[in-house]
Amino acid sequence: MYKSLIVITTCLILIISYQSLNAETVSSNIITGVHPGKVVYETYCLTCHQADGYGVPGLNPPIVKTEWVLGDKNRLINIVLKGLNTPINVNGQTYRNPMPSHAFLTDVEIANVLTYVRSNFGNKASAITTAEVQTVRAAK
Amino acid sequence: MTKTIYSIGFRIFSLYLMLYALPNAAQSLKPDAKKTIIVQKGFDVITIVPSLGRARHITVDSNGTIYVRMNEYNIDGKGIVVLKDTDGDGRADIINSFGDFTGTGIALYKNYLYASSDSVVYRFPLTATGIDASKLDTIVNGLPYNPQHGSKNIVIAPDGKLYVNIGAPSNACQEVDRTKGSKGMDPCPLLETYGGIWQFDANKLNQKQSDGIRYASGLRNCVAMDWDILTKHLYALPHGRDQLNTLYPEFYSNEQNAELPSEELFQITKGTSYGWPYCYFDHLQNKKLLSPEYGGDSKITGRCDTMPKPIIAFPGHWAPNDLLFYHGNMFPEKYKHGVFIAFHGSWNRAPLKQGGYFVAFVPMKDGKPTGTWEVFAEGFAGGKEITSPNDAKHRPMGLAEGPDGSLYISDSVAGTIYRIIYVNK
Ligand code: HEC
Repeated sequence: MYKSLIVITTCLILIISYQSLNAETVSSNIITGVHPGKVVYETYCLTCHQADGYGVPGLNPPIVKTEWVLGDKNRLINIVLKGLNTPINVNGQTYRNPMPSHAFLTDVEIANVLTYVRSNFGNKASAITTAEVQTVRAAK
Repeated sequence: MTKTIYSIGFRIFSLYLMLYALPNAAQSLKPDAKKTIIVQKGFDVITIVPSLGRARHITVDSNGTIYVRMNEYNIDGKGIVVLKDTDGDGRADIINSFGDFTGTGIALYKNYLYASSDSVVYRFPLTATGIDASKLDTIVNGLPYNPQHGSKNIVIAPDGKLYVNIGAPSNACQEVDRTKGSKGMDPCPLLETYGGIWQFDANKLNQKQSDGIRYASGLRNCVAMDWDILTKHLYALPHGRDQLNTLYPEFYSNEQNAELPSEELFQITKGTSYGWPYCYFDHLQNKKLLSPEYGGDSKITGRCDTMPKPIIAFPGHWAPNDLLFYHGNMFPEKYKHGVFIAFHGSWNRAPLKQGGYFVAFVPMKDGKPTGTWEVFAEGFAGGKEITSPNDAKHRPMGLAEGPDGSLYISDSVAGTIYRIIYVNK
């Protein structure tokens, strides 16, 4: 009796979390055990922002606990969609290289990579959904 | 006549005073007890000063006074730091600073110290008591400034010609920089004002870019340049382009991107174009290849067949930041007239481990390498393998030769200034 209760609640939790996450995220999680945003990060962002997220001193800024990563979601989505080419001050250092647009990534890929960035490298911020990326892309 | 004799007499007298005042170097220099960096056998290291801030290029005058160019203001809010060693142990006991602008370039010529910002070349007179910071001349003004590859590092040849690097504010001259799918502009319009070395007159005030000549082109960003007094040529080692794998994954694997394009050392001849952005060098195939932005596929040579090849090539992304032809008498014979190279260290080799972060040496004769390159000084970054440049504690940046033949190295992270001496043990 007690055991079956545990099984039922676990199943329930699984079902609820399955529904709250986007389908693609979960399926590749189950298959590879790797966050799908990590794959996008390693393919497109790592070269500049580096494996540890600390970037390259003087060239490419860190994405660790910065106001751009943790702050306004629309601004963050726009950085990936449109790139950025104005000198910015990140954690006390000025960075002036251009960040290229990554509009060629799909909405799902952008949601995944930003969710990954916002929950790794010491960052703790909420997920970014495909719908949120869609809205920002449509608004441009 | 009497005046001449008097002045000669005075010069001999002052030379005598100078020699007398110079501490007996060989006897009193005190190498570091604790190893900071690793140098070739027979050499020792003296940490002149541990942490000046964001140091760039350096130069040393005939008295052994060191001038350090700062990329960010030092703690006193100045852009040039002067280091003097009064007791002869090799460490700086007097540290002064002056100059209200930051930048990379620094050079001595006649009785002036030249220093550049990212858009202007200035000079200060050297007087008997030091630099007169109140008398600032503008040599070249209004050089095109763009934050990417903005360093206007300089070299002055003995004939008074001033060479200025004007780096291209771009990776590979794509319509939209560093963006996947964006084509290369053909011809690349940036080459009119950037992407080359411009020649000016070091003795003339208030020149503009249009008063100089475009001495060499097709050079992405030559932070490393030197004039060799023996072959009477300018040499340059530009930073090669980035991101072959992320922009063209169909042609380049991560492994290929880590090695390519080669960093190319050129003997610069007037009026020559060296290939950027259309071509790059592949040391594995020993070919100048067509860039993918211009129809290349990692194999086609196309219009690059006729482009000058480097006199020696290095693996990709090591970021050569200074060159120094060594003519001193302190180091063993093999080093004489060879070239030292400060490799600042890579970032674009990721996800593979990074490379560079050391000072290399290439033996030279008549403008050509007589052997392969070797590591001369390493261990700047701390730790064996560097995966992220942010982990590097120090990065080799500028090089200079002292009057006694010591080699000086500046570090861009902490601003440590090292002196390497030969001790033959
Ligand atoms: C070619 C190098 C490059 C690539 C590739 C790149 N970035 Fe950037 N990124 C930069 C630079 C340079 C800046 C600063 C731009 C400026 O100052 O205008 C930046 C800024 C940012 C910022 C805002 C500042 C901060 O540090 O918080 C974020 C967030 C960011 N990038 C995330 C990403 C993500 C996610 C990707 C992959 C989809 C990516 N970047 C790919 C170079 C790059």
